[in-house]
Amino acid sequence: MEIVALQVLNSLFYAAVLFLIAAGLSLIFGVMGIVNMAHGSFYALGAYITAWAVAAAAPAIPAAALFVLLFVGALAVAAIGLALEPTLIRPFYRRPEEYQLLVTFGLLLVLEDLMRLVWGGTPRTASTLVDSLGLIQIGGLPYPVYNLVMIGVGVAAALALWAFVYRTKFGVLLRATAQDRRMAAALGINVERIYVLAFGLGCFMAGLGGAIVVPTQAAVLGMGVEVLVIAFVVVVIGGLGSLEGALVGALVVSALRTVTIQFWEEIELAALYLIAAIVLLIRPTGLFGRKG
Amino acid sequence: MSRRQLGAAALVLIALALVPVLASTYQTQLLTYGLTLAIAALGFNLLLGYTGLLSFGHSAYFGAGAYAVALMMRYSGITSMELFILGGLLASAALAALFGVVCVRHTRIFFAILTLALSQVLWTLAYKFFWITGGTDGLRVPFAKLTLVGGLVSADQFDKFVDAYYYYVLAVFCICVALMWLIVHSPFGKTLQAIRDNETRARFLGVRIWRYRWLAFLLSGTFTGLAGILWVPLNGLTTPDVLYWPQSGKIVFFAVLGGFRNFTGPIVGAVIFNYLEVYAIAATEYWQLALGVVLIVLVTFLPAGIVGTAQRLAARSR
Repeated sequence: MEIVALQVLNSLFYAAVLFLIAAGLSLIFGVMGIVNMAHGSFYALGAYITAWAVAAAAPAIPAAALFVLLFVGALAVAAIGLALEPTLIRPFYRRPEEYQLLVTFGLLLVLEDLMRLVWGGTPRTASTLVDSLGLIQIGGLPYPVYNLVMIGVGVAAALALWAFVYRTKFGVLLRATAQDRRMAAALGINVERIYVLAFGLGCFMAGLGGAIVVPTQAAVLGMGVEVLVIAFVVVVIGGLGSLEGALVGALVVSALRTVTIQFWEEIELAALYLIAAIVLLIRPTGLFGRKG
Repeated sequence: MSRRQLGAAALVLIALALVPVLASTYQTQLLTYGLTLAIAALGFNLLLGYTGLLSFGHSAYFGAGAYAVALMMRYSGITSMELFILGGLLASAALAALFGVVCVRHTRIFFAILTLALSQVLWTLAYKFFWITGGTDGLRVPFAKLTLVGGLVSADQFDKFVDAYYYYVLAVFCICVALMWLIVHSPFGKTLQAIRDNETRARFLGVRIWRYRWLAFLLSGTFTGLAGILWVPLNGLTTPDVLYWPQSGKIVFFAVLGGFRNFTGPIVGAVIFNYLEVYAIAATEYWQLALGVVLIVLVTFLPAGIVGTAQRLAARSR
C-alpha cells in the first residue's frame, strides 16, 4: 500500500514536469500557430544550465539559496527564446506549415549539438538540492521532500498560468491575438510584442521543467527529444492549444507511464502512443482541443 | 517525358554505369550508399512534394526493411538478395499500411507528430526487445554472405562484389525512378497533387481523399523500405539507430536540400547529402550542428533547394 502512495507521488512529480513542458508547447501553438520541434531542447537547456549553475555555485553559497538557481536556469532559457523568436521564427508565420516545422527542426539539430559542444557527453547532476531537503517517512518508506516541494511548484505554476491567461489584461490581449491575429492588429494590439512574449513564456516553462528535473535525474544528451516526443502525446491527448488539456494530458500520461513501468517496462512508450492514437481516432482534436 | 529530358537521363545513366570502371572501390561503395538513400528520398517525396504531407517518421519504414533482412538472415539463414527484397518489401508495406491508417486521417502538424511518434515507438521496441533484435548491438548482415541474381553472383572477390552490388543497386534505383515517374504522372499522381493544392475542391469532385492519401503513404513507405533493404548489407549491421528520429530527419533533409517541388530534387539531395555526411564527419565531430545551420539557411533563403534554384538560374540566363 505504501508503494502505491509513493508511486502516486512519483507520478504527480512527473506530471508537474510534463505539464510545464506541454503547456509551453501548447501556448506557443495556441497563440502563434506553430509547433516548436525544438521545444524539448529548451527543456534540456534548462536542465543543463541549472546543473551547471548549481555545480558552479554550490561551494560558495548555502544550500537554501541554490533553489533560486532553478529560476535562473528557467530565465536563461526564456532569454534565449526571446532572442530567437524575432530573428529566426518571425519570417515564417506567413509561410506554409512545412517550413515552420523544418526551421524549428533545424533549430533542434543546432541546439542538441550545441549542448554536446558546451557540456560534453558526461551526465550533469544537481543532486545537492535533493540532499539539502532530506527525506520524509511516508508509511514507513523514505521519500525525498524535494519531490513534494516540486509538485507544489507545479501546482503553483499551473494556477499562475491560469490566472495570467484568464485574469490579466495581457492575458486578454494574448487570447485575442490567438483568436484572430489580423483583427487584433487592426484594434491596435502590438501583435509582434505579444508573440515574442508568448514565445518567451513558453520557453520559460520548458526551462523550468528542465530545472526542476535535473536535481532528481542527471541531464543527458538526447533528453530533449525524448521529452518532446512524450510532450506531443500529452498535447495530442489533451488537445493542442489548450492549457486545461495540457494539465489533463500530463496527469493521464504520467499515471499511465508509472503503471506500465511498474508492470511491463518494455511497452512503456508503445502504450502511450497507443492511447494517443486511440484519442486521435475518436476525438481528432483531443479531449479539450479546438478545431485547428 | 520530353526528348531533352530523356537525353539527359540517358547521359546520367551512362555516367553512373561508368563509375565502377573509372573510380576506386571506395568511391563506388560511397555512391552505392548515395543511390540507396536516393530511393528513400524518392519515396518520401511522394508524400511531401506530391501529397503535401510532411512525415517525420520515415525511419520506421527504412528500419523495417533493414530489420526484416537482418531477421531473415539470422533466423532462416537465407542469403539470396531477391528473397530479402521480397520479404523486406512485404514487411515495410505491411507496416506502412498499418501506420498509414492512423496517420492519413490527419494533415499538417498532427500528421508530422503522429508519424514521428509511431517511428519512436518502433525504436523503443527494437531497443528494448533485445533478445530478438540484438538491442543496441544490432543484428549483423555480413555483406560477404550475400548472393545476387538467384545465386549467380556471390562474394568470392571483395572488389568485384562491390562493383556487382553497385550495378545491382543501380538497376533497382532505375526501376524505382521509372516507377515513381509513372506514378506521379499517372491520373493517380495528378489526383494526389489536386488534393495537395486544394483538399476541399478535390473532395467536391468526388475524390476519396483518405484512400488516396493512404495509398500514397503505402507507396511512400514501401519505397523507403526498399532503400533500407538495399542499405543494410552494405552497412553490414542494423542497429536501433536506423529507426531513431535523426534517420527520419536525414530523409527530410534530402528532400529539402535538393528541393521537394522537383522530381529529381530529392535524388540529388540524397546523393549530395551522403557525400556531405561522410566528409563532414571526417572533418568535425559536430556535423549535426552544421546540418542544422544549413537546414535553417536553406529553408529561410533557398526554399526551392539545389535543383529548384539551379533551374531558376538556368531559366534566367536563357
